[in-house]
This record gives sequence, structure tokens and C-alpha cells, in this order.
Amino acid sequence: MAITSIKNLKEFSTNNDRFEGAHTLCPGCAHSMIVRELMNCTDDNLVISANTGCLEVSTAVYPYTSWDTSWIHIGFENAATAVTASQVMHQVRKRKGTLKDNDAPVKFVAFGGDGSTFDIGFQWLSGAMERGHDFTYICLDNENYANTGGQRSSATPIGATTSTAQAGTHSYGKKEKKKDIVSIMAAHGAPYVAQLAPNKWKSMAKGFQKALETEGPCFINTVSACCTEWRFDPKDTIHITDLATDTLMFPVYEILDGHELNILYRPKNVMPVEEYLSAQGRYKHLFKPENKHVIELIQSDIDKYWNMLQRREEARV
Amino acid sequence: MSVEAQELDLLANDNRGKHQLEAGFDLLGWDEVTQGSVLASFEGDASDISLKKSEERAYSNFNSYTATVASWRVIKPVYNRDICIDCQNCWVWCPDTSIISRDKQMLGIDYDHCKGCGVCVEVCPTNPKSLLMFGEHTDLGESLADWPEKKKKEKK
Ligand SMILES: Cc1ncc(C[n+]2csc(CCOP(=O)(O)OP(=O)(O)O)c2C)c(N)n1
Ligand code: SF4
Ligand code: SF4
Ligand code: SF4
Ligand SMILES: [Mg+2]
Repeated sequence: MAITSIKNLKEFSTNNDRFEGAHTLCPGCAHSMIVRELMNCTDDNLVISANTGCLEVSTAVYPYTSWDTSWIHIGFENAATAVTASQVMHQVRKRKGTLKDNDAPVKFVAFGGDGSTFDIGFQWLSGAMERGHDFTYICLDNENYANTGGQRSSATPIGATTSTAQAGTHSYGKKEKKKDIVSIMAAHGAPYVAQLAPNKWKSMAKGFQKALETEGPCFINTVSACCTEWRFDPKDTIHITDLATDTLMFPVYEILDGHELNILYRPKNVMPVEEYLSAQGRYKHLFKPENKHVIELIQSDIDKYWNMLQRREEARV
Repeated sequence: MSVEAQELDLLANDNRGKHQLEAGFDLLGWDEVTQGSVLASFEGDASDISLKKSEERAYSNFNSYTATVASWRVIKPVYNRDICIDCQNCWVWCPDTSIISRDKQMLGIDYDHCKGCGVCVEVCPTNPKSLLMFGEHTDLGESLADWPEKKKKEKK
């Protein structure tokens, strides 16, 4: 497999982009930062599918495509289904020798938003992981149904205001906690599962390359800061993502073969979660005195989860 | 560095930013397509496309590379080569594939695809920054003349 050099950014930048401009994602959208990184990690041919969501509607505005690879869009549920079916077809045609170039390496990748991954495409994703296809599923986790106006998903954290879980006089926003998708995917026994963040470009590129090289189903949850629904200035996408990883709201780690856990980023100074929350409009109401308990709860959940990750890493089980 | 030298080094592509994104061409309307549709990103064989730089590729009219979103911008990033250290932070984090880098060097901004988000300015580590936001209609000479001096670190 032709992985590209990620030794340093200078070398990485010699790659030829295969994700083109004049797509219609919002200015500052992290979805495209993540997609570009994936596509620059390898020179191999790629077959990519995308669930309905911001990425899909913004990169295939008829009659345009922003993809320099094979790319398929079908329903909201089916990025995993479409790409694993393509992978099986490729396998069969390779065996029969009916491909134009039988030796050309091809990688199969599915992109889904959190709405499609955590909720609506969950069953299909689980099926594809269980069937054990050789593919990589990447979730662009912006913690809401952004494309349809910011509804809550099971990836939305407790306390965030969304269009269907609004903060107001009687509510502090979403009441339920975020679903732990990484653990669920690891529990499928997948050979490679990770949570990665675009501000840590190198660990992200390494994780992507590992997933592409690993035979079998791999799952990666990526933090995708959404300036529109999280309500921050588009120029701050990387700054907000820094706060996400430095407060440990989004720990960066991988799980191999369903059990072996490695922490990939350990902040030198762990920041209090207020720093992350106060930088975004969707959490503004939490700073009212009556909502202080929600911030305390978020912080204590973060501390517990980080503790759990560290102990699991140490235990090597 | 003079304005001309900086402008000249930018890669020119004949088929970049040819049309407004909105402008369709002679095709079936979206409501006339019955079986889904296939758009070819390139003319001819594209099997080695990952090895080709954009100026070496035969983009088809379906490729959004040939379109422009320049009209989205109200402010634009301006690049000052004299300070740049070619770290490529701006390249890796630009969400619109609008930082043109070749052979480990930052060359400039693709104003047909840049939406003016300002991410590149925020992640630029030099002092003063090598990228700064200016009004869309400010010309390059004016922007470079207005460049701030190196900021001294505040003593604690
Ligand atoms: C079965 C189905 N239900 C609902 C929709 C409407 N819909 C389109 S995109 C979208 C939101 C996508 O959210 P997410 O997957 O998180 O992606 P994002 O836009 O946030 O990147 C919804 C609800 C649909 N297309 N199909
Ligand atoms: S709404 Fe959010 S995820 Fe969707 S394009 Fe805009 S910034 Fe990106
Ligand atoms: S302003 Fe945004 S879109 Fe334009 S070059 Fe900078 S990072 Fe890219
Ligand atoms: S981030 Fe700044 S210093 Fe680094 S390559 Fe870009 S312009 Fe040059
Ligand atoms: Mg989403």
C-alpha cells in the first residue's frame, strides 16, 4: 500500500489533494479538514461513500463533484452498506481477473455524520462491522444534525442547546449524555478503533494510515467542530478543537482488537471544561447560576472517563 | 519582496474558477434525472491522479475545481512571503484546499476557492503573521504596506 510520508508537515504537504475547492461547506468547516487529511494519507485509489449530511450535500451539488476519486452517495443509513458492497464486488472481480488493473491497490472508506453513525445508520454500520469487511468507517462528529438545522443526536452532549432540545426558562438544553460510540465499536471486536482530532494532525494521519493498512473493519470517530451550530467564529475552528482535546472533552485514543487501549494525546496542562464550554454559543446558558450543576456534572464525567482510559491503558488488557 | 514578484509566483491554471457555482450548463435538470447520475471528475484516464499536481490534471467541467466560490468572501487572507517559514500549518488546516504549496513551499492563496474563513491566519505561527485578513477589495500593495511590525513579548 502506498502510504504517504507524514514525518512532518512539509513532507505531508507535497501530496496532491484529491478533495477540491468550491464545495459548499460553511467557511471554517472541519469536515473538509478531516476529509483532506484522509485523502492525503495515501496514494492508493479510493472508493468513498458518504451518508446524507453536510459533507454529502455540499460536495456533490449537481452538476459538480468535489471528489477526485470514486465516490458514491446513497441514503442516510447506508454509507457502510454501499462501501462494503463495493468492496465485495471488487474482491470478486479481482478473483475473476475482470478488473482493468487487477493489481492496483484500492481502499474503501465510508464517511458519516454523527446523526447517521450514532442514530440512523447505526444498525447498518453494526452489520458491516460484524460481517468483517475490509473497510474504514469515519464518523464526522459535530454532535448534531447540522445539515437539517442543528437537531440533537445521540452524540450531542448533555447541556448543549439544539433546535430540538432548546435551552430556555425551563430547560438547560439536552438532558441526556452522549452515546459512547467508540466503546460500542470496539465491542464489535474491530481490529482498529480510534477517536482522533484534526488539530492533532499527525496522530490523525497516523490513525488513518493504520486503519487503511489494517485488514478488516476499522472505525474512527473524529471531532468535527461546526462553527454554525456550535456558534463560534469560523476562524477559530482549530482553536476550539484545541480546547476540546486539552480539556479532555474529546480524548484522543485508539483501541486495538477490541481491548488494547493506547492514549494518543496527553495534554501537558489539562484545562477546566469551562474554557471549552464558554468559547461556544451552544453552551452559553450553562453559565447562569441555576445551571452550574450541569457544568460540574460534565467535568466530573470527563474526569471519570479520563481516569478509566488511563487505567485501561496501564492494564494492557 | 515586490508585489509583482509575489503575484508572479502564484500558479496559474487555465481551468480554475471558470464558472460561478450556480451556473449550470446544458444538462438534464435535477428533476429530469431518473436513475441517479454519474459525473466524471476528469477527462480520460484518471488512474494515476494521486500522482499528478492540479496543474497537470485534465479536470472535467463537472469537477468543482473548475468553479468558483470567491463571491462568498467579504474579507480575504493576504500572504506575505518575507516572513513565511513554510511550516505548512495553513496548508494542512485550510478547509477549502486553497493554500497552494509545491515542493514544501507555500506559494500563495487560490482566491477562486478561498472563502475567507481566516483559519490560515489563526494557525500561522510567525511573528508578525505571514497571513493576515484584509477587506476583499484592498489591493496587495496596500496590504503589504500596512503589515504590522514584530510584536514584542510582554514582560510579566
Ligand atoms: C432516512 C432519512 N431521514 C432524514 C433525512 C434528512 N436528513 C438529511 S441530512 C440530515 C442530518 C445529518 O446529520 P449528520 O449525520 O450528523 O451529518 P451532519 O450534517 O451533521 O454532518 C437529516 C436529518 C434523510 N435524508 N434520510
Ligand atoms: S453546518 Fe457545520 S458541519 Fe455543516 S457545513 Fe456548516 S460548519 Fe460544516
Ligand atoms: S481564509 Fe480559509 S479558505 Fe481562505 S485560504 Fe485561509 S483557511 Fe483557506
Ligand atoms: S502558516 Fe504562515 S508561516 Fe506557515 S506556511 Fe503558512 S503562511 Fe507560511
Ligand atoms: Mg452531525
